Amino acid sequence: MGALADFSEHGGTLRFTGDLSLARIGDLPARLDAHGGSVSRIDLSAIDRIDTIGAWVIHRFAKKHDAAIEGLRSEQQHLLEQVEAADQAVPTRPTHVSPFNRVLGEVGEATVTAGRTMLGLLGFLGATMIAFVNVIRHPRRFRFNATIQRFEVVGVSALGIVGLMSFLIGIVIAQQGAVQLRQFGAEVFTINLIGRITLRELGVLMTAIMVAGRSGSAFAAQLGTMKLTEEVDAMRTIGVSPMEALVLPRTIAAILMMPLLGFYSSLIAIIGGGLLCWWQLEIPPVTYVARLREVVPITDLYVGLIKAPVFGAIIAVAGCFQGMQVEGDAEQVGTRTTAAVVQAIFLVIVLDAFFAVFFERIGWI
Amino acid sequence: MADAKNIIEVRGLKNAFGDQVVHEKLDLDVRRGEILGVVGGSGTGKSVLMRSIIGLQSPVEGDVTVFGEPTIGREETEAVEIRKRWGVLFQGGALFSTLTVAENVQVPLREFYPHLDLALLDEIASYKVIMTGLPGEAGPKYPAELSGGMKKRAGLARALALDPELLFLDEPTAGLDPIGAAAFDELTKSLQRTLGLTVFLITHDLDTLYAICDRVAVLADKRVIAVGTIDELLALDHPWIQEYFRGPRGRAAVATQEAQQAHERSGAD
Repeated sequence: MGALADFSEHGGTLRFTGDLSLARIGDLPARLDAHGGSVSRIDLSAIDRIDTIGAWVIHRFAKKHDAAIEGLRSEQQHLLEQVEAADQAVPTRPTHVSPFNRVLGEVGEATVTAGRTMLGLLGFLGATMIAFVNVIRHPRRFRFNATIQRFEVVGVSALGIVGLMSFLIGIVIAQQGAVQLRQFGAEVFTINLIGRITLRELGVLMTAIMVAGRSGSAFAAQLGTMKLTEEVDAMRTIGVSPMEALVLPRTIAAILMMPLLGFYSSLIAIIGGGLLCWWQLEIPPVTYVARLREVVPITDLYVGLIKAPVFGAIIAVAGCFQGMQVEGDAEQVGTRTTAAVVQAIFLVIVLDAFFAVFFERIGWI
Repeated sequence: MADAKNIIEVRGLKNAFGDQVVHEKLDLDVRRGEILGVVGGSGTGKSVLMRSIIGLQSPVEGDVTVFGEPTIGREETEAVEIRKRWGVLFQGGALFSTLTVAENVQVPLREFYPHLDLALLDEIASYKVIMTGLPGEAGPKYPAELSGGMKKRAGLARALALDPELLFLDEPTAGLDPIGAAAFDELTKSLQRTLGLTVFLITHDLDTLYAICDRVAVLADKRVIAVGTIDELLALDHPWIQEYFRGPRGRAAVATQEAQQAHERSGAD
């Protein structure tokens, strides 16, 4: 490695010495910037080495002072010429926008995107329905095996985690209910609380959230990856409709599995609550079940079972829709998957509110 | 320097993934200032060889030295002096997706020379971007907005950021159109001449081999079976080499090369 780059001045001529390369250039650029007097000649005959960064620094200085560069060997001259030829200011970052405009722009963009997404989701729901009708008209195009396989992934594999979650939720509701109701000496109403809230609301809602996290995200990631690797395009060219082959099996699986999982979840939550009642309130299981049969109307079960397939459809459609929106790079698969889960849970909760009002109006309270 | 003539020395390299042995007793030298083309059928471990040399892949056996220093088993933060002296262009460009092209070029500079003036950094990024043949508008763009060819050029600009002495190129012309590929070859050659680079070039492109490579190393049977100029390789009696260079594509590349030389001669007259 050569000596540090340096220069000395001899009446309008700057004579450089040492190694004009990135590693050895040191503070030379700053010293040259600070150099005041006029320079007409730059003598490079005494340098050891020069690389593009050295050449650039020399070129920049020569341009500023309109000085002639002399003393380079032919290949060094060639290097300098290459660097001179590449002298063009290139912006490093996209043009800066003032914060106010940027916030305004982002709000506007987010609004437009939200509107477009809702429209797109609606369109996608329509396309899924059309695919469903087509499959009914041509039953041979129905992907039976794919659908059954999704049953397993969406339903059977979820039993463990949904069961555990429901069991714990049942215990928590019973425990909280018992503590509060004890103040009025009304512990026995804990059973009403557990039976009605799990069957009507929590069983299905918590299951929907779990399925959105487990399967909705998986749908988005799977379809997104397939879009990226052009599998979806390959399908289209072979004459297979991705709506029928990919979206429909997933949607049907989610629609059919959600009520089953929701019912199972309610049941496990009731068992969990029953165990806590037995243990803390000393209500024996026989009494617990008898009381449940008295206070929980059958309509509560219907409420849960009617909501579940709708939630399933929303989760599947949101997941598949976001997956099919993936374009460009792998990063999008991640953002779209997140969007699928957030959208699915949001829509499930919004619809749950609508359902609550609806069932109240028709008298299923 | 331990050996001034050979920049890379690979001795007795063995690479294996599970039971599948990719390299065995592989030796290779890369000389200072040359462009070495590495060819071989699919799955002969060309990229694995490159990854072993730059220390990304730990071989089962063998030694690799670059600039006289061993690279195997070194942490990212070790062997900094060699890392400053090489540049690597990965197949897809491997640009950092959250940074613009110009910022990508600045990453090695910022990492190794944190005291560089910001204005100078921007200027260096500018001329590097232009030198690799990208338009100026590409500077503030993010990798997702670039085409495959532009990504490769941006990746090359980043590989060249530190003015390295040694450049690794992994299939630089794959996926480029013939005009773009020829321009890339031209660029590699011109940079090699101006900067005195040593280039380790993995390629499938016969035109590239004929146009710019000083020597060619052939990977087959888990090792480097031959290294030499194309003429030297053609004199060998190995079936794969013969088929590779004498096949229809090989002959077409020769014809192009000869036409080019004839054209240059007539132009010089």
